[in-house]
Amino acid sequence: MGAVVEPRRVDALSAPATLDRPAVESVGWTPRSRGRAAARLLAVRTAVAVPLTVAISAAMFAVASLSPFDPLAAYLGANYQFATESQRAAMRVAYDTEMPWYQAWWQWIGGLLHGDLGWSSTQSQPVSTVLAERMPFTLGLSGAALLTATVVALLLGCLAGMRRGGVLDRVCTGLSVALAAVPPFVVSLVLVIVVAVSLRWLPVSGAAAPGADYTPAGVVQHAILPWLALSVSMVPWLLLTTRAAVVESVDSDAVRGARSRGVHGWALLRGHIAPVSVLPTLALLGTRLPELIGGAAIVETVFGWPGMAAVLVESAAALDFPLLAALTVGAAAAVLAGSALSDAAAVAIDPRIAMVA
Amino acid sequence: MSASTAMFPLRMSRWPWLLLGAIIVAAVIIPLLAGEQIADFGAALQPPGAGHLAGTDHSGYDLLVRTAEGLRVSLLIAVVCALAATALGLAIGVGAALVGGWVDAVVMRLVDGFNALPHLVVGIVIAAMWRGAPLAIVASIALTHWPAVARVVRAELLAVAEAGWVETAQLAGASRGFIARRHLIPAVTGQALVAMIVLLPHAVWHESTLSFLGVGLSPDRASLGTLLSEARGDILSGAWWTLAVPAAALIATALTFAAVGTLARRRHQPPVGRVW
Repeated sequence: MGAVVEPRRVDALSAPATLDRPAVESVGWTPRSRGRAAARLLAVRTAVAVPLTVAISAAMFAVASLSPFDPLAAYLGANYQFATESQRAAMRVAYDTEMPWYQAWWQWIGGLLHGDLGWSSTQSQPVSTVLAERMPFTLGLSGAALLTATVVALLLGCLAGMRRGGVLDRVCTGLSVALAAVPPFVVSLVLVIVVAVSLRWLPVSGAAAPGADYTPAGVVQHAILPWLALSVSMVPWLLLTTRAAVVESVDSDAVRGARSRGVHGWALLRGHIAPVSVLPTLALLGTRLPELIGGAAIVETVFGWPGMAAVLVESAAALDFPLLAALTVGAAAAVLAGSALSDAAAVAIDPRIAMVA
Repeated sequence: MSASTAMFPLRMSRWPWLLLGAIIVAAVIIPLLAGEQIADFGAALQPPGAGHLAGTDHSGYDLLVRTAEGLRVSLLIAVVCALAATALGLAIGVGAALVGGWVDAVVMRLVDGFNALPHLVVGIVIAAMWRGAPLAIVASIALTHWPAVARVVRAELLAVAEAGWVETAQLAGASRGFIARRHLIPAVTGQALVAMIVLLPHAVWHESTLSFLGVGLSPDRASLGTLLSEARGDILSGAWWTLAVPAAALIATALTFAAVGTLARRRHQPPVGRVW
């Protein structure tokens, strides 16, 4: 559910993604009524998100049933061609691959309600085990990268926006525009070739030395490159958005007035610029979750990070329904939740924005 | 890309179009000039030099030719994807705005719902299930990117519908279909075109990512993403050019499309709402 923004007393306030229109004074909204509006938005979004997620899971099963590949071939691998017809038939019965998609889906939903996510054929483990083993790696890596990118982008964006046209501004803007055109996997590969192959400073793949157990120090050492790649791929958009918002608020009457009263520097940024530029930008982070998930998928694949993304490709290719369903539905739910939360936060924080859920 | 294209620091000029022309010409001409390529494993992974301006890949193919071929495939797929997504978005946006009422509301909710899907995950799922099929790649990109077009088109249509000449036509007794054909749809073609141009770098990016992840096109129909995926192994032996050449082509293409998109968008100021 993307943001449907209804401008309040402004003719052409565009969506808050860029915040590039003149600021307007708040129109008698109190923090409490804003809180209520945000809560109502969350409630409506939740009511929409639940059936939507169910529909997405059904669509996933329906699409998968159209695939030309035989899931049995994926289960059996090279043994598929040596199996006799009767053996194949037995396997089909054992794996229930002949079931129509809606029955398979219904069974999956039933299992889900009992907390049973099914058995992943590609990982030879229960899906819940796969998720439990891999989730911490994905969340840790993405969370760390998101945090870094946010801090860096906000800091540089504020500095660049407040001194528009300065050296820092020009360097940051130019670099961001250029980096925004570089796909995350190119960033990752450049890091591999420079840091790991040429300089031999850091390991390139996995989260531990081959055969070794995961140790905190080892994981952190292996995480540095993927973390860097993911952060670099997230900074440009965030920096440019922050800068645009800061520039816009610096030009506003409110800030000009504050300047004329002698407010400057940190006090100006904290008291007058940040509330109308930084906070709304932060609130928009949730709407970028799809990109974050996509970037994480790429970076994890390049660096062999034992997260969820690597198994996503594998499970989709091998028609490993239980795992694939868990991953896609989980990703969709996370995106819906992220966008709802960030829209609610925007409504709660920024009096200029009113939204229809 | 919204922020980056909006911020693109350039004045009204023609050079993005010229650059785009040069890229297209290079992608078409270089493979034609080079003729049929034969794998020469004796010449594998040669660094850039006199014989091969951009070096060779691990099968001994000239990397410049291979990159130009990949660029051609990537551009072709991107154009088809953008066309398909624009057509779908145009049809749904026009339909929703014309019918109006609760149909419009439901359709726009649906558009939002589609927009909420993680594009790349959907792309991976669809492309992996029909591995190597160009149609699956086109479908996966078009199906995830039409909502942006639909939203822009609908917003523009609603704005145009308020215009005086539409009212005049209504008073003159023109039918709904006539007004749509004559006044509304021509008014949004410019906007749809802009949306399509803005989609192009996105489509290039998406296709190369899918190919890179190994669910895209097969190596005999290499796109830039496939080349980069192959470079993943080669760079470990120090062959940096296998990464640098296709990556440079990809980045240059994306930047050029972004610049062209900015120019096109300046000409047609988009309506309220965001393209993405």
